[in-house]
Amino acid sequence: MPKYAPLDLPDDPKLAGNIAHFARALRRAGLPIGSGRLIDAIEAVSAAGFTERRDFYWTLHACFVSRPEHRTIFAQIFRLYWRDPRYLEHMMATLLPAVHGVQEDRVAQAAEKRAAEALLDGAGDEEDAPEAKEETGTEIDIDASLSTSGEEKLKTLDFEQMSMAEIAQAKAMLARMSLPIDPMRSRRVRAAKSGRIDQARTLRAAMRFGGEMRDLKWKTPRVRYPNLVVLCDISGSMSQYSRVVLHFLHAVANAKGAGWARVHAFTFGTRLTNITRHLATRDVDDALRAAGAEAQDWEGGTRIGRCLEAFNRDWSRRVLGQGAVVLLITDGLDRDDPDTLRKQMQRLHLSTRRLIWINPLLRWDAFAPKARGIAAMLPHVDSFRAGHSIASLEELAAVISRRDDVGERDRLLRMLSD
Amino acid sequence: MQIPTSIDAVQAMLSAQGYVSDRALGTVVFLSLKLGRPLFLEGEAGVGKTEIAKALAASLGRRLIRLQCYEGLDASSAVYEWNFPAQMVAIRTAEAAGGADRGTLQAELFSDAFLIKRPLLEAMQPDDRGAPVLLIDELDRTDEPFEAFLLEALSDFQVTIPELGTIKAPEPPIVILTSNRTREVHDALKRRCLYHWVDYPDFDREMDILTSRAPEAAATLSREVVAFVQRLRQEDLFKKPGVAETIDWAKCLLALDVVTLSPEVIADTLGAILKYQDDIQKLQGSEAKRILEEAKASLEPA
Repeated sequence: MPKYAPLDLPDDPKLAGNIAHFARALRRAGLPIGSGRLIDAIEAVSAAGFTERRDFYWTLHACFVSRPEHRTIFAQIFRLYWRDPRYLEHMMATLLPAVHGVQEDRVAQAAEKRAAEALLDGAGDEEDAPEAKEETGTEIDIDASLSTSGEEKLKTLDFEQMSMAEIAQAKAMLARMSLPIDPMRSRRVRAAKSGRIDQARTLRAAMRFGGEMRDLKWKTPRVRYPNLVVLCDISGSMSQYSRVVLHFLHAVANAKGAGWARVHAFTFGTRLTNITRHLATRDVDDALRAAGAEAQDWEGGTRIGRCLEAFNRDWSRRVLGQGAVVLLITDGLDRDDPDTLRKQMQRLHLSTRRLIWINPLLRWDAFAPKARGIAAMLPHVDSFRAGHSIASLEELAAVISRRDDVGERDRLLRMLSD
Repeated sequence: MQIPTSIDAVQAMLSAQGYVSDRALGTVVFLSLKLGRPLFLEGEAGVGKTEIAKALAASLGRRLIRLQCYEGLDASSAVYEWNFPAQMVAIRTAEAAGGADRGTLQAELFSDAFLIKRPLLEAMQPDDRGAPVLLIDELDRTDEPFEAFLLEALSDFQVTIPELGTIKAPEPPIVILTSNRTREVHDALKRRCLYHWVDYPDFDREMDILTSRAPEAAATLSREVVAFVQRLRQEDLFKKPGVAETIDWAKCLLALDVVTLSPEVIADTLGAILKYQDDIQKLQGSEAKRILEEAKASLEPA
């Protein structure tokens, strides 16, 4: 542990205070800074000296920043703060909303909600009301309007607009749901009753009897669970479905001890959004509200190819590194160039452990892979399954561990080649 | 050599080893040396994260101990391991000689002679030249259990071997951790380190790096190469070329006796800067020509 001796800064006690205030400003902007880091920073400044602004900047940077995405926030606040601390206080009020975008804004204030409602002009209400009435039994029927409007409708969906019946039903349904996965063998070993001989332990045990080997000790590989990455389409043609699916995702992401080392979730429509951190919120409604606020492209058009490209470029190396299973939830109705889509699907497929495509359209018996997007994507998935009802999600849970499961892929590929 | 006393001295020391650093990197390295904190470097592949440890070790005249991380890395390959076959032979010999006394055997079998030291333990051994530089490379490749173990080792610089007792470093080693960010390293570990994101260099610094690493290249060619690579990084590529690729490419061009860049030369040697088929395909044909023209145009006013 680093030692925190009393700081020796007699020449400028004001500086230490200013650094402390600066740290507080950073903390308010969402940077994780504890008092330990603050002490480190003061120590570092006294070590590096306080002669040049540039050095001072990088000294504090080294102590306060620990993620690349925090660099811009740091730069902004540094510029504001060290010009005139009092100036910042004036600025803070105007700066905070912008800074809040970086941090998740968990608590939806009533006033904010009203403002959002005013902006939305009750747009969601008419769409949601009939849906609740249509629902019967356990099957969630989806009105697939197949609309792929290319325009990005910058809508912020309010999950509270869901009907109470729908929420209650989804909760009851999802409470029973999980997505169990078989563990995989890791390269670590543990002590066991059989397996391979554990030389070190055998010898250590033998030493207790003067070097006489009484029995052999064994070791066997430890197991570990793979990561799950979910890419969920939230475009217009999918929106009613994806709301239910996000509830399911929340249940999977928060089911501790049910397998899956980590669950990463992304939504895409016209752009890709990482909602992993929002899903970690315990309360499902809070989580989905935050996710809804983060994703700006609810019920807009679909650009699967572009979004997958963004995923492959920005995220795949960070979340697929340790052999992840990918669930791709989309109807595959893409208006863009099928070539891009094909290439990106291939790249995605090559970098995953298993790629499972869940397509709600498959619930129709007469479903045929006619759309260009579907034809482009189908050859590059390991498994192709429906996922429109509890029954089909249960089916998915039953086979997700099986490496040979292909779902409906082969049947549809045959239809494609005919 | 002594630990440098100012940021300028650090930069001068590193550049004497052919490592051109910017002020920001110089500052964190200085702080890391001065405060004795581990240095956590994150950045894309090929921006010189590993090189800095090498340059630091060479310029300070310290030993460089490297721990390459991989999945499943555990204490027996990171800290120490007993030499089991040799211990077996020793037991057999003692038995054959007849005088297998329990106490002496124990002391003998679990002594330094049978201990295989792995990098972390190695770094805690006393050294005449001063504490070694410990490079923990590509930390993101290992898993969380090892990270947690490292947390403990890095905070105290001591390890406990049950048979021998606790071994403590007389002087903490200079620790440099690198990560390519294939996953997020836990904040608890980052908190104990000084953090720096190593970015791609700008034109001038990359020129300095290239002249220092490939001095045999003509200035005009170097300028073209750097301008092209700088321009290439603005393209939408799956893997942008790092500084290592720039140096490699310049050396390739030298080997081919190229005097000036042309679209044909670029097409032939693209494999030295781009390592993904998709990226290479994107640059085939007129695309490379366009980028080259833009790169050359940016050189004009200079």
